[in-house]
Amino acid sequence: MSELPADWLDHARKMMGQTPYFAGIGAEILEVGEARGRARVPYGPHLVGDPDTGVVHGGVITALLDHMGGAAVMAALKAPVPIATLDLRIDYMKPAVPGEDIYAEAHCLKVTHEIAFVRGSAYQSAPSDPIAVCTAAFMLLRGGAALPYPGKA
Amino acid sequence: MEFLARAMAEGTTPDLAVLVGAIPYCRHLGVSAELRDGAPILIMPFAEHLVGNVMLPALHGGVIGSLLETAAIVQVIWEMRSPRLPKPVDITIDYLRSARAATSYARARIAKQGRRVVNVHAEMWQDDETKPVAALRGHMLLPGAAA
Repeated sequence: MSELPADWLDHARKMMGQTPYFAGIGAEILEVGEARGRARVPYGPHLVGDPDTGVVHGGVITALLDHMGGAAVMAALKAPVPIATLDLRIDYMKPAVPGEDIYAEAHCLKVTHEIAFVRGSAYQSAPSDPIAVCTAAFMLLRGGAALPYPGKA
Repeated sequence: MEFLARAMAEGTTPDLAVLVGAIPYCRHLGVSAELRDGAPILIMPFAEHLVGNVMLPALHGGVIGSLLETAAIVQVIWEMRSPRLPKPVDITIDYLRSARAATSYARARIAKQGRRVVNVHAEMWQDDETKPVAALRGHMLLPGAAA
């Protein structure tokens, strides 16, 4: 297994920030490092799931947590390996307040040979007051699909 | 719930196209809905801005989750003639296969309906309904219950 390239975290940050869906909803990566990732999406009319209240669709929260879970796993890897979400559980604790930015952060607890385990949460005003929390598992696709790294692109 | 009232204006069941078309995030994703074999089906044509992995290319896991959650919400509204949106409490999504750059479909069914909470299952597939790409299980709080 090859070593992690020196610029791996920069690569992870850039790649996760440039993902078409993620960039398309107006989200941005705030940080990737030490088995963690954090992102922000500004409120926007295109994110609304309930047109009467302006509350953001739950799918946006799911997507942010999935995305930052993936970023956290990338930041926890010891070697560059493609990953894929295996499963994701989200608990919606309360609706997001319309008009306010949403933050999502995730932490990779453990990486085994095949699987990485993640916890994450989404919040608005304070991390201690989450709108949703998540538990996820990711597969490490060793020797599998093409590695999304510029050196191999 | 003005948009749901509009979706239900004429018939006893909501107009699915009006219902889904009124949700801005569904318009962003390009999701539409119709009745097929007597039950709602959601349709999401492939588009570049749905991609999560440009190398494969594959749909973003969050887009898959969004489609499944929408299918669950639509099923609850349609089946229960709900005048308000049900509130997701928790969902679990299993990713079974890579979602390719192709049109995706989703259907849901109510597994158990309680007084306040419904348990919903949903599946998404691409060209073969017997080969699901992803599945969702979740609970939704019924509108009006413990508001």
